[in-house]
Amino acid sequence: MGHAAFPVSAAGMLLGIRRVSVLMPGVIIFAVAFGAAASAKGLSLFETLLMSALVYGGISQLIALELWRPEWSWGGIVALAALTATVNARMVLQGASLQPWFAHYPKSLNAFHLFFFTDANWVIGTRYHTEGGRDLGVLIGAGLALWLVWILFTIPGHALGALMADPRRLGIDLVLPIFFAAMIVPLWRGKRAAVPWLVAGIVALVTSKLVDGYAFIIVGSLSGALVGAFTDDAA
Amino acid sequence: MTLPEPGIWGPVLAILAMALATYLCRISGVVLMGFIPLTPHVRRGLAALPGSIIAATVLPLIERLGPAAAVALLAAIGSMVLRRSELLALLVGMGTIAGLRALGF
Repeated sequence: MGHAAFPVSAAGMLLGIRRVSVLMPGVIIFAVAFGAAASAKGLSLFETLLMSALVYGGISQLIALELWRPEWSWGGIVALAALTATVNARMVLQGASLQPWFAHYPKSLNAFHLFFFTDANWVIGTRYHTEGGRDLGVLIGAGLALWLVWILFTIPGHALGALMADPRRLGIDLVLPIFFAAMIVPLWRGKRAAVPWLVAGIVALVTSKLVDGYAFIIVGSLSGALVGAFTDDAA
Repeated sequence: MTLPEPGIWGPVLAILAMALATYLCRISGVVLMGFIPLTPHVRRGLAALPGSIIAATVLPLIERLGPAAAVALLAAIGSMVLRRSELLALLVGMGTIAGLRALGF
């Protein structure tokens, strides 16, 4: 699969697992907290695991719990799907940012590994690709390892249930911001390259004040990309 | 003809609908970019995208979570600058927020 310059190797998958291992503690805390919150909301273990395995998007899963109910109408299901899409819309941009790399691989392989594409995966893939890495195995290994750990640690969380009623006290709401903020350091390419980021942050802040929900991520990110597109490369 | 109500399948159907919505988010950016030629402008825009996604996600969340979260995040970034370890950054950030919240901030 792939070709010489763009391989998918076992060594790459192992590297991906190694890279993702440093993010595992945060993911484990998040998985346990999600399992606990799900059981507190009355989801069965089967439903909780099904959601973790198929949706595999921590923040959207936590938000879905806020709306969870025992009886579902079709309208309620459609509304939940729409909310999930807005919460996860950042994945559209994350995928787009790595597309120049993915484009060298068969569509079916991309359709497969993108099922496992998530924030931590994007963090690892972006850093690896920025450093000149081209082995898609890194992303696949990291994605699979994280998916298994995510599902596995939902189970003890579900068993603990009410014992962990307030995940906020564990600082779980800070896991994603910390991952993301820490990534700024390896991405740093000087002040000039950071101007679009500043614009993105300010536009997102203003948007979050004016519009409910999670539209601020998309509006802010696209503003930053637009500024970047029309800024000359650093002299 | 009307669709029967979801009934006992409601929760499973709700999860499947979430899964479909999320998978579409995962693939649509990659599919869309397949139709956009990589001109120098597009290339620069894509290069600015990762940092922009981070800034656009983190700043409003921190604004909502309050000053203790901002302090925890700065501590995490500081540790990343000094040690380049995501694991340490996470421990520093989580430790800071847990401590500040325990103190009532």
